[in-house]
Amino acid sequence: MNTMDKDVIIIGGGPAGLAAAVELKKRGIHNIVILEREKYLGGILRQCIHDGFGLKRFKETLTGPEYAQRFIDDIQKFNILYITEATVIEITPDKIVTAVSRNGLLQYRAKAIVLTMGCRERTRGAIGIPGSRPAGIYTAGVAQSFINLHNMMIGKEAVILGSGDIGMIMARRLTLEGVKVKAVFEVMPYPSGLPRNIEQCLNDYNIPLYVSHTVTNIKGRGRLESVTVAQVDEQMNAIAGTEKEYKCDTMILSVGLIPENELSLTCGVNLDKHTKGALVDEHYQTNVPGIFAAGNVLQVHDLVDFVSMEAEHMADSVASYLYQEGFPPSHISIIPDDSVGYVLPQYISGEIDVVCSFRVKKPAKKCAIYVLQDGKVIITKKIKNALPAKMIQIHLPAANLNSTNEIKVKAVEL
Amino acid sequence: MKKNFTCIICPNSCDIEVMFEGNAIGTVNGASCSKGIEYAKNEMVHPMRTITTSVFVQQGIVPLVSVKLDTPIPKEKIFEVMKFIRDIKVTAPVISGQIIIANILGLKSNVVATKTVEKV
Repeated sequence: MNTMDKDVIIIGGGPAGLAAAVELKKRGIHNIVILEREKYLGGILRQCIHDGFGLKRFKETLTGPEYAQRFIDDIQKFNILYITEATVIEITPDKIVTAVSRNGLLQYRAKAIVLTMGCRERTRGAIGIPGSRPAGIYTAGVAQSFINLHNMMIGKEAVILGSGDIGMIMARRLTLEGVKVKAVFEVMPYPSGLPRNIEQCLNDYNIPLYVSHTVTNIKGRGRLESVTVAQVDEQMNAIAGTEKEYKCDTMILSVGLIPENELSLTCGVNLDKHTKGALVDEHYQTNVPGIFAAGNVLQVHDLVDFVSMEAEHMADSVASYLYQEGFPPSHISIIPDDSVGYVLPQYISGEIDVVCSFRVKKPAKKCAIYVLQDGKVIITKKIKNALPAKMIQIHLPAANLNSTNEIKVKAVEL
Repeated sequence: MKKNFTCIICPNSCDIEVMFEGNAIGTVNGASCSKGIEYAKNEMVHPMRTITTSVFVQQGIVPLVSVKLDTPIPKEKIFEVMKFIRDIKVTAPVISGQIIIANILGLKSNVVATKTVEKV
């Protein structure tokens, strides 16, 4: 097999991969290739036909396909090489990438690798719902793909488990297409998606949302016939006597997304137990030199705009890496307090200003974010309406650091 | 009297409070931009929504083209508009931005393709 040399191999042609490719090209890195598993570029945006994308990146509201096309137009304008229907099967620590394609096995030797594989949906198996195993249970993204890309309707009467944004968007989509959506159930005491989606996807169509509720049984032979729903207590255990049965032929799961890092593991990239994405420094570089990650493969985002912007920042770092501008070593770790879900990047040098991304664990009308080092508060930021659904970013100037000791990010409800 | 709204204009999802007396709208609080104020005032008078859906494509490389309304329509007209769109078929090629249905149901809103579908 002929091994081709490339400056950068971009794995995945979704929003992160596309933005990274365009930015690399703008920085003068020309010998690059995007490897995309699907038949078309665009990733999950292809099936997100609703609008609301692009307000931050383009200052206007776009649908998913329109947002993706902005980047695909640039890919074509700049003549950036991409190969669709090419599935990467292995990345080695010395940056040999092997992919299966329509033209057989492809092998590349890369100076740098960009991981932009996105994320996967959690499934019924991941949350362990008891009951029989009939047809009619779909993750929200799969249902979205059937309806929006393949012109296939998935059922007549549906319930939705999980209040993630895609679940709520599917509640509206199904309703518009004539499906009776009976309710959305959320095991947590608060919704996991954005308030605007509760308003425009559920309230607009009188779809009730029950928090602190979960599905405790699934019935049906062949096809789903009903689900049993119960209220849960503070430990999220079902409360006996609160069970209610909902007749339905379809259940949609919107119960979380997990960064897709099987390939990252093959090349020795270490993952964060909180984000399930790579541990990275302020340059989005993983522990394997020359391997970078951005977008949902790194941390699950709520807005695609942030995915694109993160990928662009990463691409700038990749260009610097290739130009051998040299990065200062990143030995200062940033860790989340119990009140914070995760913090990214996990390592910084302390020599340049960085932006940290994180999420609070619980909603708070008013909350204060404290960045601590050596037991002292080095940055304070007040946040209104902090929600686990909204990623928060905080500016961390190098001048505020007192030492090279560990930094902690903490959220306190006011 | 007051009424509360969750703004749907952007992901900030501002909680907006509108004070009113009969038909007169008074102060609007909680919006972090002018679009939010406008949204809340509209919600008091006549809620409008933009919808996105898909239209069947004949002889296309894919079976559907995604579409959007280019201006909002009255909320209560959503299902009528959906019913009308459902019966429409277009023939490939369809170009992103192309008007599929002009002035749908006389509501001064066009149904516009949001992606390009090439001919087989």
